[in-house]
Amino acid sequence: MKQLFLLFLFVLSACKEAPKDAPLSENTSTKLEQNDDIGLEIYDYDGLKPLINVDDNTIHVVNFWATWCAPCIKELPYFEKLNADYKEKNVEVLLVSLDFPRKYETHLIPFLKKNSIQSKVVCLDDVDQNRWVPAINETWSGALPATIIYKGDKRKFFEKSFTYEELQNEVQQFLNP
Amino acid sequence: MRNLKLIAVFVCFISLTAFTVTGTAGYDIGDIATDFSLQNIDGKKVSLSDYNTAKGFIVVFTCNTCPYAVAYEDRIEALNKKYASKGYPVIAIMPNDTDVKPGDNMQAMQARAKAKGFTFPYLMDEGQKIYPQYGATKTPHVYVLEKTTKGNVVKYIGAIDDNYQDASLVKTKYVENAVNALLEGKEVEQTKTRAIGCSIKVKR
Repeated sequence: MKQLFLLFLFVLSACKEAPKDAPLSENTSTKLEQNDDIGLEIYDYDGLKPLINVDDNTIHVVNFWATWCAPCIKELPYFEKLNADYKEKNVEVLLVSLDFPRKYETHLIPFLKKNSIQSKVVCLDDVDQNRWVPAINETWSGALPATIIYKGDKRKFFEKSFTYEELQNEVQQFLNP
Repeated sequence: MRNLKLIAVFVCFISLTAFTVTGTAGYDIGDIATDFSLQNIDGKKVSLSDYNTAKGFIVVFTCNTCPYAVAYEDRIEALNKKYASKGYPVIAIMPNDTDVKPGDNMQAMQARAKAKGFTFPYLMDEGQKIYPQYGATKTPHVYVLEKTTKGNVVKYIGAIDDNYQDASLVKTKYVENAVNALLEGKEVEQTKTRAIGCSIKVKR
């Protein structure tokens, strides 16, 4: 009986959580949600698009990652370092998390807090990957991690892991073309 | 430093010779897919040529440790249940380096297959020689092959369907559509799709 009660409680709590995952299926707006605690912004592809096509004088480094992706976690400190070291040189890092929505609370937010991630983080939650994966880059097979470096019209795409030196070298090419 | 240069030259040479033969991108639609002899979770070797009565194959590069692969486990099993009897069995191949991903080693594969009741072979790409020939880059990554007199022809490359999060919200079942078309003797309409997956793990 006690177990049944616990189960009931569990189901009840699950119901309470449920609406957080809900908006994506019938979303029409571009920005789906904002988690107030840590300010997590969640977008579908149409919402993300302007954020990865900013036409200003800044070098944008966009990294697609997820907490479950081991090579992503390994290279994340390099993007953080780049964001800190190159701030004065007009370089901006955007980390686009592809974590599953149900893992935002349990995995992503704890990870961001624990590692006190300083770069801007947004979530991409859009199941129609066959539309947006090739739209982001025609050559992208869909494997993570992946990175875009762009400034204005100049744009490079990488389906690979980076070392800090490799990342610096690529950014340097945008700094001194 | 000199050693490094030597290694670089050597790697260049190897890549040049290797890639002129196989190409870097793996298979495209219409290419003949290689057969293989890979160890199954039951200890036996499995080859495509073992399947005398098959009309083709649903080759799935997948693993235990990738959340996307896990999200699709039940759907991969369902594909085998639905299509093995119709002549298109699922052949699953685990492409990761198991030193990098111990959670994908043979014991772990056996345990996962048992827990999930897989009815399809779940093969180890020992030495990681097969997935590069196919051009698989991630898990899950599907190749639908049609058996012809010329060999096993690649007819579809990509994702299983268009909703990794929720099977009940799937709008287009890419792999089923491809296999259904082949079973009806028609051309596959959507031959390639893209989806997010976990990069195949290799030693760096």
